[in-house]
Amino acid sequence: MTDMMLKVENLHARYGAVEVLRGLDFEVPDGNVVVMLGANGAGKTTTLRALCNMCTTSGTIEMEGDDISRSKTADIVRRGVAHVPQGRGTFPELSVMDNLKIGAYTRKDKEVSADVDRWFEIFPRLEERRDQLAGSLSGGEQQMLAVARALMCRPRLLLLDEPSLGLAPLIIEDLFERFAQLNKETGLTMLLVEQNANLALDMADYGYVIESGEIALHGPAEQLKNDPAVQEAYLGA
Amino acid sequence: MNWNFEILPDFIFNGLRDGAVYGTVALALVLIFKATTLINFATGELAMLGAFFVYVLNVEQGWWLWLSIAVAMAVSAVIGAAVERALVRPFDPDDHLPVVLITLGLFLIINAVAGDIWNYQVRRVNDPFGHFPSWVPNGSELKTSSDGTIACLKNADGDLVEVARGTADADMCEMVGRTFFEVIGARLHYRTIGTWIGLALALIALAIILGKTKAGLAFRAVSSNAESARLVGVNTGRTLGFGWALASVFGTLGAALVSPALGGVNPNMMLTILIYALAAAALGGLDSLGGAVIGGLVVGLIKSVLVSWFGVVVLGQAYFSILQLAMAFLLILIVLLFRPAGLFGTRRIERV
Repeated sequence: MTDMMLKVENLHARYGAVEVLRGLDFEVPDGNVVVMLGANGAGKTTTLRALCNMCTTSGTIEMEGDDISRSKTADIVRRGVAHVPQGRGTFPELSVMDNLKIGAYTRKDKEVSADVDRWFEIFPRLEERRDQLAGSLSGGEQQMLAVARALMCRPRLLLLDEPSLGLAPLIIEDLFERFAQLNKETGLTMLLVEQNANLALDMADYGYVIESGEIALHGPAEQLKNDPAVQEAYLGA
Repeated sequence: MNWNFEILPDFIFNGLRDGAVYGTVALALVLIFKATTLINFATGELAMLGAFFVYVLNVEQGWWLWLSIAVAMAVSAVIGAAVERALVRPFDPDDHLPVVLITLGLFLIINAVAGDIWNYQVRRVNDPFGHFPSWVPNGSELKTSSDGTIACLKNADGDLVEVARGTADADMCEMVGRTFFEVIGARLHYRTIGTWIGLALALIALAIILGKTKAGLAFRAVSSNAESARLVGVNTGRTLGFGWALASVFGTLGAALVSPALGGVNPNMMLTILIYALAAAALGGLDSLGGAVIGGLVVGLIKSVLVSWFGVVVLGQAYFSILQLAMAFLLILIVLLFRPAGLFGTRRIERV
Protein backbone atom coordinates (compact mmCIF):
# COMPACT_ATOMS: atom_id res chain seq x y z
CA MET A 1 0.00 0.00 0.00
CA THR A 2 1.24 3.48 -0.86
CA ASP A 3 1.46 6.17 1.78
CA MET A 4 -1.11 8.92 1.52
CA MET A 5 0.20 12.39 0.84
CA LEU A 6 -3.26 13.80 1.18
CA LYS A 7 -6.45 12.34 2.58
CA VAL A 8 -9.55 14.50 2.44
CA GLU A 9 -12.83 13.58 4.13
CA ASN A 10 -16.19 15.29 3.98
CA LEU A 11 -14.74 18.59 2.76
CA HIS A 12 -17.19 21.48 2.69
CA ALA A 13 -16.33 25.00 1.60
CA ARG A 14 -18.32 28.17 1.23
CA TYR A 15 -17.96 31.70 -0.02
CA GLY A 16 -20.34 33.71 2.11
CA ALA A 17 -23.72 32.03 1.89
CA VAL A 18 -22.87 29.91 -1.14
CA GLU A 19 -21.77 26.37 -0.43
CA VAL A 20 -19.35 25.40 -3.17
CA LEU A 21 -18.06 22.07 -1.90
CA ARG A 22 -20.57 19.64 -0.44
CA GLY A 23 -18.67 16.87 1.22
CA LEU A 24 -15.74 15.78 -0.93
CA ASP A 25 -13.73 12.65 -0.17
CA PHE A 26 -10.55 12.04 -2.07
CA GLU A 27 -6.99 10.85 -1.68
CA VAL A 28 -3.68 11.68 -3.26
CA PRO A 29 -1.12 8.87 -2.80
CA ASP A 30 2.51 9.83 -2.35
CA GLY A 31 4.32 10.13 -5.66
CA ASN A 32 1.16 10.03 -7.75
CA VAL A 33 -0.38 12.47 -10.17
CA VAL A 34 -4.07 12.88 -9.43
CA VAL A 35 -6.32 14.87 -11.72
CA MET A 36 -9.63 16.55 -10.99
CA LEU A 37 -12.01 17.03 -13.87
CA GLY A 38 -15.22 18.95 -13.90
CA ALA A 39 -17.19 21.67 -15.60
CA ASN A 40 -16.75 25.35 -14.85
CA GLY A 41 -18.10 26.16 -11.42
CA ALA A 42 -18.02 22.54 -10.23
CA GLY A 43 -15.69 23.47 -7.37
CA LYS A 44 -12.27 22.40 -8.66
CA THR A 45 -10.51 25.67 -7.94
CA THR A 46 -12.22 25.92 -4.56
CA THR A 47 -10.97 22.44 -3.70
CA LEU A 48 -7.37 23.52 -4.24
CA ARG A 49 -7.94 26.77 -2.34
CA ALA A 50 -9.54 24.87 0.52
CA LEU A 51 -6.44 22.68 0.82
CA CYS A 52 -4.35 25.83 1.45
CA ASN A 53 -6.91 27.30 3.87
CA MET A 54 -7.72 30.14 1.48
CA CYS A 55 -11.46 29.84 2.13
CA THR A 56 -13.81 28.81 4.92
CA THR A 57 -13.96 25.03 5.18
CA SER A 58 -15.13 22.17 7.33
CA GLY A 59 -14.16 18.53 7.20
CA THR A 60 -10.73 16.97 7.59
CA ILE A 61 -7.68 17.44 5.43
CA GLU A 62 -4.88 15.12 6.41
CA MET A 63 -1.41 15.57 5.01
CA GLU A 64 0.83 12.62 5.80
CA GLY A 65 -1.40 11.75 8.73
CA ASP A 66 -1.63 15.25 10.28
CA ASP A 67 -4.81 17.31 10.15
CA ILE A 68 -3.98 20.56 8.38
CA SER A 69 -7.52 21.84 7.91
CA ARG A 70 -7.05 24.47 10.64
CA SER A 71 -3.42 25.35 9.80
CA LYS A 72 -2.48 28.77 8.52
CA THR A 73 -1.64 29.04 4.84
CA ALA A 74 1.99 29.86 5.64
CA ASP A 75 2.30 26.71 7.78
CA ILE A 76 0.76 24.60 5.03
CA VAL A 77 3.34 26.01 2.61
CA ARG A 78 6.05 25.19 5.13
CA ARG A 79 4.81 21.61 5.21
CA GLY A 80 5.55 21.43 1.50
CA VAL A 81 2.37 22.35 -0.34
CA ALA A 82 2.94 24.61 -3.35
CA HIS A 83 -0.02 26.07 -5.19
CA VAL A 84 0.07 27.37 -8.74
CA PRO A 85 -3.21 29.27 -8.88
CA GLN A 86 -5.44 29.69 -11.87
CA GLY A 87 -4.30 32.54 -14.11
CA ARG A 88 -0.69 31.75 -13.13
CA GLY A 89 -0.53 34.03 -10.08
CA THR A 90 2.86 35.50 -10.84
CA PHE A 91 3.86 38.88 -9.44
CA PRO A 92 3.74 41.08 -12.56
CA GLU A 93 5.58 44.07 -11.02
CA LEU A 94 8.43 41.90 -9.73
CA SER A 95 11.37 40.67 -11.77
CA VAL A 96 11.61 37.00 -12.72
CA MET A 97 14.39 36.64 -10.15
CA ASP A 98 12.30 38.21 -7.38
CA ASN A 99 9.36 35.98 -8.30
CA LEU A 100 11.57 32.95 -7.70
CA LYS A 101 12.99 34.38 -4.48
CA ILE A 102 9.55 35.05 -3.02
CA GLY A 103 8.69 31.44 -3.84
CA ALA A 104 11.31 30.47 -1.28
CA TYR A 105 9.88 32.87 1.30
CA THR A 106 9.23 30.21 3.93
CA ARG A 107 12.67 28.66 3.58
CA LYS A 108 15.48 29.51 5.94
CA ASP A 109 18.29 27.44 4.42
CA LYS A 110 21.16 28.75 2.35
CA GLU A 111 20.47 26.80 -0.82
CA VAL A 112 17.93 29.14 -2.34
CA SER A 113 20.24 30.50 -5.03
CA ALA A 114 21.38 26.97 -5.89
CA ASP A 115 17.73 26.09 -6.46
CA VAL A 116 17.26 29.17 -8.61
CA ASP A 117 20.12 27.96 -10.81
CA ARG A 118 18.60 24.52 -10.94
CA TRP A 119 15.23 25.75 -12.23
CA PHE A 120 16.97 28.15 -14.60
CA GLU A 121 18.65 25.09 -16.10
CA ILE A 122 15.30 23.41 -16.59
CA PHE A 123 13.57 26.59 -17.77
CA PRO A 124 16.34 28.41 -19.69
CA ARG A 125 13.88 30.97 -21.05
CA LEU A 126 13.45 32.25 -17.51
CA GLU A 127 17.18 32.73 -17.07
CA GLU A 128 17.31 34.83 -20.23
CA ARG A 129 14.62 37.01 -18.71
CA ARG A 130 15.79 36.97 -15.10
CA ASP A 131 15.78 40.77 -14.74
CA GLN A 132 12.62 41.38 -16.75
CA LEU A 133 9.35 42.11 -14.99
CA ALA A 134 7.16 39.02 -14.86
CA GLY A 135 4.29 41.02 -16.34
CA SER A 136 6.24 41.42 -19.58
CA LEU A 137 6.57 37.66 -20.16
CA SER A 138 4.41 35.72 -22.59
CA GLY A 139 1.65 33.50 -21.25
CA GLY A 140 3.74 30.34 -21.61
CA GLU A 141 6.74 31.91 -19.94
CA GLN A 142 4.57 33.16 -17.10
CA GLN A 143 3.23 29.66 -16.57
CA MET A 144 6.78 28.30 -16.45
CA LEU A 145 7.63 31.04 -13.97
CA ALA A 146 4.59 30.20 -11.85
CA VAL A 147 5.64 26.54 -11.77
CA ALA A 148 9.30 27.35 -11.06
CA ARG A 149 8.19 29.74 -8.33
CA ALA A 150 6.08 27.01 -6.74
CA LEU A 151 8.99 24.57 -6.91
CA MET A 152 11.21 27.08 -5.08
CA CYS A 153 9.57 26.14 -1.76
CA ARG A 154 10.79 22.55 -2.31
CA PRO A 155 7.27 21.17 -2.25
CA ARG A 156 6.26 17.58 -1.78
CA LEU A 157 2.79 18.27 -3.08
CA LEU A 158 2.22 20.52 -6.08
CA LEU A 159 -1.28 21.87 -6.66
CA LEU A 160 -1.80 22.96 -10.27
CA ASP A 161 -4.91 24.90 -11.18
CA GLU A 162 -5.61 24.79 -14.93
CA PRO A 163 -2.02 25.27 -16.04
CA SER A 164 -3.04 24.92 -19.71
CA LEU A 165 -5.49 27.83 -19.58
CA GLY A 166 -4.89 30.32 -22.38
CA LEU A 167 -1.79 28.61 -23.76
CA ALA A 168 -1.11 27.43 -27.30
CA PRO A 169 -1.37 23.63 -27.84
CA LEU A 170 2.37 23.15 -28.46
CA ILE A 171 3.24 25.01 -25.28
CA ILE A 172 0.70 22.98 -23.32
CA GLU A 173 2.28 19.75 -24.52
CA ASP A 174 5.72 20.97 -23.58
CA LEU A 175 4.46 21.99 -20.14
CA PHE A 176 2.81 18.63 -19.48
CA GLU A 177 5.95 16.82 -20.56
CA ARG A 178 7.83 18.78 -17.94
CA PHE A 179 5.24 17.92 -15.30
CA ALA A 180 5.51 14.23 -16.15
CA GLN A 181 9.28 14.46 -16.07
CA LEU A 182 9.24 16.21 -12.69
CA ASN A 183 6.97 13.55 -11.29
CA LYS A 184 9.11 10.73 -12.66
CA GLU A 185 12.48 12.14 -11.69
CA THR A 186 11.75 13.65 -8.30
CA GLY A 187 8.68 11.72 -7.24
CA LEU A 188 6.85 15.00 -6.73
CA THR A 189 3.19 14.40 -5.92
CA MET A 190 0.76 16.44 -7.97
CA LEU A 191 -2.89 17.32 -7.74
CA LEU A 192 -3.96 18.74 -11.06
CA VAL A 193 -7.14 20.56 -11.95
CA GLU A 194 -7.61 20.61 -15.69
CA GLN A 195 -10.13 21.23 -18.44
CA ASN A 196 -7.84 19.58 -20.94
CA ALA A 197 -8.92 16.11 -19.85
CA ASN A 198 -7.06 14.17 -22.53
CA LEU A 199 -3.63 15.43 -21.64
CA ALA A 200 -4.34 15.35 -17.94
CA LEU A 201 -5.57 11.76 -17.92
CA ASP A 202 -2.57 10.69 -20.01
CA MET A 203 -0.26 11.95 -17.33
CA ALA A 204 -2.30 11.07 -14.24
CA ASP A 205 -2.44 7.91 -12.19
CA TYR A 206 -5.89 8.51 -10.82
CA GLY A 207 -8.76 10.86 -11.49
CA TYR A 208 -11.83 12.37 -9.86
CA VAL A 209 -14.77 13.99 -11.59
CA ILE A 210 -16.47 16.77 -9.62
CA GLU A 211 -20.00 17.86 -10.29
CA SER A 212 -21.72 20.61 -8.27
CA GLY A 213 -19.31 20.30 -5.40
CA GLU A 214 -19.49 16.54 -5.09
CA ILE A 215 -17.42 13.65 -6.41
CA ALA A 216 -19.45 12.16 -9.22
CA LEU A 217 -16.97 9.57 -10.39
CA HIS A 218 -13.48 8.38 -9.67
CA GLY A 219 -11.07 5.71 -10.73
CA PRO A 220 -7.67 4.99 -12.25
CA ALA A 221 -6.90 7.39 -15.08
CA GLU A 222 -6.92 4.61 -17.67
CA GLN A 223 -10.38 3.52 -16.58
CA LEU A 224 -11.78 7.08 -16.62
CA LYS A 225 -10.45 7.58 -20.10
CA ASN A 226 -12.52 4.66 -21.32
CA ASP A 227 -15.62 5.55 -19.34
CA PRO A 228 -18.37 6.53 -21.80
CA ALA A 229 -19.76 9.26 -19.52
CA VAL A 230 -16.33 10.87 -19.14
CA GLN A 231 -15.68 10.56 -22.83
CA GLU A 232 -18.88 12.31 -23.68
CA ALA A 233 -18.55 15.09 -21.11
CA TYR A 234 -14.85 15.84 -21.14
CA LEU A 235 -13.07 14.11 -23.98
CA GLY A 236 -15.28 15.27 -26.80
CA ALA A 237 -15.83 11.76 -28.06
CA MET B 1 4.55 92.46 -16.65
CA ASN B 2 7.60 92.52 -14.49
CA TRP B 3 9.94 89.73 -15.54
CA ASN B 4 12.07 89.79 -12.44
CA PHE B 5 14.44 86.98 -13.33
CA GLU B 6 16.90 88.04 -10.66
CA ILE B 7 14.78 86.59 -7.89
CA LEU B 8 13.64 83.55 -9.88
CA PRO B 9 16.40 81.26 -8.51
CA ASP B 10 15.18 82.02 -4.99
CA PHE B 11 11.73 80.81 -5.95
CA ILE B 12 13.17 77.72 -7.63
CA PHE B 13 15.13 76.79 -4.53
CA ASN B 14 12.13 77.37 -2.30
CA GLY B 15 9.95 75.35 -4.63
CA LEU B 16 12.34 72.44 -4.61
CA ARG B 17 12.62 72.67 -0.81
CA ASP B 18 8.86 72.55 -0.29
CA GLY B 19 8.67 69.95 -3.05
CA ALA B 20 11.06 67.67 -1.20
CA VAL B 21 8.73 67.80 1.80
CA TYR B 22 5.69 67.06 -0.36
CA GLY B 23 7.63 64.21 -1.94
CA THR B 24 8.48 62.73 1.46
CA VAL B 25 4.85 62.84 2.59
CA ALA B 26 3.76 61.54 -0.84
CA LEU B 27 6.09 58.56 -0.28
CA ALA B 28 4.05 57.76 2.82
CA LEU B 29 0.81 57.98 0.83
CA VAL B 30 2.17 55.82 -1.99
CA LEU B 31 3.55 53.12 0.32
CA ILE B 32 0.09 52.57 1.76
CA PHE B 33 -1.62 52.90 -1.61
CA LYS B 34 0.69 50.31 -3.16
CA ALA B 35 -0.14 47.80 -0.49
CA THR B 36 -3.86 48.40 -0.10
CA THR B 37 -4.94 50.64 -3.02
CA LEU B 38 -6.43 53.08 -0.58
CA ILE B 39 -5.58 56.66 0.31
CA ASN B 40 -4.69 57.12 3.94
CA PHE B 41 -6.08 60.55 4.77
CA ALA B 42 -4.54 60.32 8.23
CA THR B 43 -1.02 60.35 6.75
CA GLY B 44 -0.58 64.06 7.45
CA GLU B 45 -1.90 63.88 11.00
CA LEU B 46 0.25 60.86 11.87
CA ALA B 47 3.20 62.89 10.55
CA MET B 48 2.12 65.91 12.62
CA LEU B 49 2.07 63.66 15.68
CA GLY B 50 5.63 62.61 14.79
CA ALA B 51 6.70 66.24 14.58
CA PHE B 52 5.21 66.82 18.05
CA PHE B 53 7.22 63.87 19.38
CA VAL B 54 10.33 65.61 18.09
CA TYR B 55 9.17 68.79 19.81
CA VAL B 56 8.50 67.05 23.14
CA LEU B 57 11.78 65.14 23.15
CA ASN B 58 14.00 67.91 21.86
CA VAL B 59 12.47 71.14 23.15
CA GLU B 60 10.70 69.97 26.30
CA GLN B 61 13.02 67.15 27.36
CA GLY B 62 16.20 68.63 25.98
CA TRP B 63 17.30 65.56 24.03
CA TRP B 64 19.73 65.91 21.15
CA LEU B 65 17.72 66.95 18.08
CA TRP B 66 18.82 64.11 15.80
CA LEU B 67 18.20 61.53 18.48
CA SER B 68 14.75 63.06 19.02
CA ILE B 69 13.98 62.75 15.31
CA ALA B 70 15.20 59.13 15.23
CA VAL B 71 13.15 58.18 18.30
CA ALA B 72 10.08 59.99 16.92
CA MET B 73 10.43 58.03 13.67
CA ALA B 74 10.64 54.76 15.60
CA VAL B 75 7.60 55.62 17.75
CA SER B 76 5.69 56.61 14.60
CA ALA B 77 6.51 53.23 13.07
CA VAL B 78 4.93 51.49 16.05
CA ILE B 79 1.87 53.75 15.91
CA GLY B 80 1.48 53.19 12.16
CA ALA B 81 1.62 49.42 12.58
CA ALA B 82 -0.80 49.59 15.53
CA VAL B 83 -3.29 51.66 13.52
CA GLU B 84 -3.16 49.11 10.70
CA ARG B 85 -3.63 46.22 13.11
CA ALA B 86 -6.45 47.75 15.14
CA LEU B 87 -8.39 49.85 12.65
CA VAL B 88 -7.65 48.60 9.13
CA ARG B 89 -7.04 44.85 9.23
CA PRO B 90 -10.42 43.87 10.72
CA PHE B 91 -12.12 45.23 7.60
CA ASP B 92 -12.55 43.60 4.22
CA PRO B 93 -9.57 44.83 2.16
CA ASP B 94 -11.62 44.84 -1.04
CA ASP B 95 -14.23 47.19 0.38
CA HIS B 96 -12.46 50.53 0.36
CA LEU B 97 -15.13 52.89 1.64
CA PRO B 98 -15.10 51.81 5.32
CA VAL B 99 -11.32 51.97 5.52
CA VAL B 100 -11.14 55.37 3.81
CA LEU B 101 -13.77 56.63 6.25
CA ILE B 102 -11.71 55.25 9.10
CA THR B 103 -8.62 57.12 7.92
CA LEU B 104 -10.72 60.28 7.67
CA GLY B 105 -12.00 59.73 11.20
CA LEU B 106 -8.47 59.09 12.39
CA PHE B 107 -7.45 62.37 10.76
CA LEU B 108 -10.05 64.26 12.81
CA ILE B 109 -9.33 62.38 16.04
CA ILE B 110 -5.57 62.86 15.92
CA ASN B 111 -5.99 66.53 15.06
CA ALA B 112 -8.44 67.08 17.92
CA VAL B 113 -6.38 65.14 20.46
CA ALA B 114 -3.21 66.99 19.49
CA GLY B 115 -5.14 70.26 19.75
CA ASP B 116 -6.33 69.29 23.21
CA ILE B 117 -2.86 68.38 24.42
CA TRP B 118 -0.80 71.11 22.80
CA ASN B 119 -3.47 73.68 21.75
CA TYR B 120 -3.29 75.33 18.37
CA GLN B 121 -0.50 77.80 18.94
CA VAL B 122 2.64 77.42 16.92
CA ARG B 123 5.38 76.04 19.14
CA ARG B 124 8.85 76.91 18.02
CA VAL B 125 11.21 74.05 17.28
CA ASN B 126 14.91 73.89 16.70
CA ASP B 127 16.06 73.83 13.12
CA PRO B 128 18.51 71.03 12.41
CA PHE B 129 19.99 72.99 9.52
CA GLY B 130 18.99 76.57 10.24
CA HIS B 131 22.08 78.35 11.38
CA PHE B 132 25.60 77.72 12.30
CA PRO B 133 26.31 79.62 15.50
CA SER B 134 29.01 82.23 15.80
CA TRP B 135 29.38 82.66 12.11
CA VAL B 136 29.90 86.40 12.08
CA PRO B 137 32.57 87.27 9.56
CA ASN B 138 35.28 89.76 10.42
CA GLY B 139 34.25 93.32 9.83
CA SER B 140 30.55 92.44 10.10
CA GLU B 141 28.15 93.42 12.75
CA LEU B 142 25.02 91.56 13.77
CA LYS B 143 21.81 93.58 13.86
CA THR B 144 18.33 92.46 14.78
CA SER B 145 15.02 94.13 14.21
CA SER B 146 13.35 95.46 17.35
CA ASP B 147 10.82 92.61 17.51
CA GLY B 148 13.61 90.13 16.99
CA THR B 149 12.17 88.53 13.91
CA ILE B 150 14.82 89.58 11.44
CA ALA B 151 18.54 89.22 11.85
CA CYS B 152 20.94 91.08 9.61
CA LEU B 153 24.65 91.31 9.18
CA LYS B 154 26.21 94.67 8.47
CA ASN B 155 29.09 93.86 6.20
CA ALA B 156 32.32 95.76 5.65
CA ASP B 157 30.73 97.93 2.95
CA GLY B 158 28.04 98.99 5.37
CA ASP B 159 25.26 97.04 3.58
CA LEU B 160 22.74 95.14 5.65
CA VAL B 161 22.35 91.52 4.56
CA GLU B 162 19.43 89.60 5.93
CA VAL B 163 20.52 86.26 7.35
CA ALA B 164 17.51 84.95 9.24
CA ARG B 165 13.88 85.71 9.40
CA GLY B 166 10.90 84.47 11.29
CA THR B 167 12.50 81.94 13.57
CA ALA B 168 14.93 84.30 15.23
CA ASP B 169 14.07 85.93 18.50
CA ALA B 170 16.07 88.40 20.54
CA ASP B 171 18.28 85.96 22.37
CA MET B 172 18.55 83.62 19.42
CA CYS B 173 19.88 86.43 17.31
CA GLU B 174 22.99 86.41 19.41
CA MET B 175 23.51 82.99 17.97
CA VAL B 176 22.48 83.76 14.48
CA GLY B 177 24.93 83.22 11.78
CA ARG B 178 24.51 82.82 8.14
CA THR B 179 21.75 80.41 7.11
CA PHE B 180 22.44 80.10 3.42
CA PHE B 181 24.95 79.84 0.63
CA GLU B 182 24.77 82.28 -2.19
CA VAL B 183 24.28 80.44 -5.44
CA ILE B 184 23.78 82.37 -8.69
CA GLY B 185 22.74 85.35 -6.66
CA ALA B 186 20.07 83.44 -4.80
CA ARG B 187 19.94 82.15 -1.28
CA LEU B 188 20.28 78.43 -1.00
CA HIS B 189 19.42 77.91 2.64
CA TYR B 190 21.15 75.22 4.67
CA ARG B 191 17.66 74.10 5.58
CA THR B 192 16.85 73.56 1.91
CA ILE B 193 19.95 71.46 1.37
CA GLY B 194 19.19 69.60 4.58
CA THR B 195 15.68 68.81 3.38
CA TRP B 196 17.06 67.47 0.11
CA ILE B 197 19.59 65.35 1.94
CA GLY B 198 16.85 64.08 4.23
CA LEU B 199 14.72 63.06 1.26
CA ALA B 200 17.69 61.50 -0.53
CA LEU B 201 18.65 59.45 2.53
CA ALA B 202 15.03 58.38 2.95
CA LEU B 203 14.95 57.22 -0.67
CA ILE B 204 18.19 55.29 -0.33
CA ALA B 205 16.97 53.66 2.87
CA LEU B 206 13.68 52.79 1.18
CA ALA B 207 15.44 51.34 -1.86
CA ILE B 208 17.54 49.12 0.40
CA ILE B 209 14.61 48.05 2.59
CA LEU B 210 12.33 47.23 -0.34
CA GLY B 211 14.98 45.92 -2.70
CA LYS B 212 17.36 43.98 -0.49
CA THR B 213 15.46 42.67 2.52
CA LYS B 214 13.09 39.76 2.79
CA ALA B 215 10.42 41.95 4.41
CA GLY B 216 10.76 44.39 1.51
CA LEU B 217 10.42 41.59 -1.03
CA ALA B 218 7.31 40.38 0.79
CA PHE B 219 5.92 43.93 0.76
CA ARG B 220 6.43 44.23 -2.99
CA ALA B 221 4.90 40.79 -3.50
CA VAL B 222 1.79 41.66 -1.47
CA SER B 223 1.48 44.94 -3.42
CA SER B 224 1.74 43.08 -6.70
CA ASN B 225 -0.53 40.11 -6.01
CA ALA B 226 -1.85 39.63 -2.48
CA GLU B 227 -3.44 36.23 -3.16
CA SER B 228 -0.26 34.73 -4.60
CA ALA B 229 1.73 36.26 -1.77
CA ARG B 230 -0.44 34.33 0.70
CA LEU B 231 0.03 31.18 -1.35
CA VAL B 232 3.82 31.35 -1.03
CA GLY B 233 3.44 31.70 2.72
CA VAL B 234 3.68 35.46 3.22
CA ASN B 235 1.72 36.75 6.21
CA THR B 236 -0.08 39.50 4.32
CA GLY B 237 -1.49 41.20 7.42
CA ARG B 238 1.89 41.57 9.07
CA THR B 239 3.37 42.76 5.78
CA LEU B 240 0.74 45.49 5.46
CA GLY B 241 1.48 46.54 9.03
CA PHE B 242 5.11 46.81 8.00
CA GLY B 243 4.05 49.08 5.11
CA TRP B 244 2.08 51.31 7.47
CA ALA B 245 5.06 51.50 9.80
CA LEU B 246 7.37 52.51 6.95
CA ALA B 247 4.87 55.10 5.75
CA SER B 248 4.60 56.63 9.21
CA VAL B 249 8.39 56.85 9.43
CA PHE B 250 8.55 58.83 6.17
CA GLY B 251 5.64 61.04 7.18
CA THR B 252 7.36 61.91 10.45
CA LEU B 253 10.62 62.62 8.65
CA GLY B 254 8.83 64.99 6.25
CA ALA B 255 7.04 66.76 9.11
CA ALA B 256 10.22 67.05 11.16
CA LEU B 257 12.06 68.54 8.19
CA VAL B 258 9.34 71.06 7.40
CA SER B 259 8.37 72.19 10.89
CA PRO B 260 11.23 74.73 11.36
CA ALA B 261 10.29 76.36 8.04
CA LEU B 262 6.71 76.69 9.27
CA GLY B 263 7.98 78.50 12.34
CA GLY B 264 7.27 75.49 14.55
CA VAL B 265 4.78 72.72 15.16
CA ASN B 266 1.03 73.02 15.55
CA PRO B 267 -1.79 70.52 15.08
CA ASN B 268 -2.83 72.01 11.74
CA MET B 269 0.66 72.13 10.25
CA MET B 270 0.12 69.23 7.83
CA LEU B 271 -3.30 70.15 6.47
CA THR B 272 -2.15 71.98 3.34
CA ILE B 273 0.98 69.86 3.02
CA LEU B 274 -1.22 66.76 2.77
CA ILE B 275 -3.13 68.36 -0.11
CA TYR B 276 0.11 69.14 -1.95
CA ALA B 277 1.40 65.64 -1.22
CA LEU B 278 -1.83 64.17 -2.61
CA ALA B 279 -1.34 66.26 -5.75
CA ALA B 280 2.27 65.03 -5.91
CA ALA B 281 1.25 61.39 -5.52
CA ALA B 282 -1.51 61.73 -8.12
CA LEU B 283 0.88 63.40 -10.54
CA GLY B 284 3.64 60.82 -10.05
CA GLY B 285 1.26 57.88 -10.13
CA LEU B 286 -0.25 56.64 -6.89
CA ASP B 287 1.72 53.40 -6.96
CA SER B 288 5.09 54.79 -7.99
CA LEU B 289 7.58 55.67 -5.25
CA GLY B 290 9.94 57.47 -7.63
CA GLY B 291 6.92 59.21 -9.14
CA ALA B 292 5.92 60.48 -5.70
CA VAL B 293 9.26 62.20 -5.26
CA ILE B 294 9.33 63.70 -8.74
CA GLY B 295 5.66 64.65 -8.35
CA GLY B 296 6.52 66.39 -5.07
CA LEU B 297 9.33 68.40 -6.63
CA VAL B 298 7.13 69.36 -9.60
CA VAL B 299 4.26 70.45 -7.35
CA GLY B 300 6.70 72.50 -5.25
CA LEU B 301 8.04 74.15 -8.40
CA ILE B 302 4.59 74.86 -9.80
CA LYS B 303 3.50 76.38 -6.52
CA SER B 304 6.61 78.51 -6.14
CA VAL B 305 7.56 79.42 -9.71
CA LEU B 306 4.23 79.39 -11.53
CA VAL B 307 2.01 80.75 -8.78
CA SER B 308 4.30 82.82 -6.54
CA TRP B 309 6.86 84.06 -9.04
CA PHE B 310 4.91 84.26 -12.28
CA GLY B 311 1.54 85.07 -10.75
CA VAL B 312 2.49 87.38 -7.93
CA VAL B 313 5.79 88.87 -9.10
CA VAL B 314 5.55 88.89 -12.89
CA LEU B 315 1.84 89.52 -13.28
CA GLY B 316 1.75 91.55 -10.10
CA GLN B 317 -1.45 89.86 -8.94
CA ALA B 318 -1.23 89.31 -5.22
CA TYR B 319 -4.37 87.20 -5.17
CA PHE B 320 -2.42 84.44 -6.92
CA SER B 321 -0.90 83.58 -3.55
CA ILE B 322 -4.30 82.45 -2.27
CA LEU B 323 -4.73 80.21 -5.31
CA GLN B 324 -1.88 77.89 -4.37
CA LEU B 325 -4.12 75.27 -2.80
CA ALA B 326 -6.67 75.55 -5.59
CA MET B 327 -3.81 74.93 -8.00
CA ALA B 328 -3.07 71.64 -6.22
CA PHE B 329 -6.68 70.51 -6.59
CA LEU B 330 -6.70 71.60 -10.21
CA LEU B 331 -3.58 69.54 -10.81
CA ILE B 332 -5.16 66.46 -9.20
CA LEU B 333 -8.24 66.98 -11.35
CA ILE B 334 -6.26 67.33 -14.59
CA VAL B 335 -4.12 64.28 -13.87
CA LEU B 336 -7.09 62.10 -12.96
CA LEU B 337 -8.92 63.26 -16.03
CA PHE B 338 -6.22 62.81 -18.66
CA ARG B 339 -3.76 60.37 -17.18
CA PRO B 340 -5.35 58.50 -14.26
CA ALA B 341 -2.24 56.40 -13.70
CA GLY B 342 -0.09 59.51 -13.30
CA LEU B 343 3.28 60.05 -14.94
CA PHE B 344 4.98 56.92 -13.65
CA GLY B 345 2.16 54.79 -12.29
CA THR B 346 1.20 51.36 -13.50
CA ARG B 347 -1.56 51.35 -16.04
CA ARG B 348 -3.45 48.29 -15.00
CA ILE B 349 -3.88 45.90 -17.86
CA GLU B 350 -5.98 42.93 -16.92
CA ARG B 351 -5.41 39.81 -18.93
CA VAL B 352 -8.49 37.71 -18.91
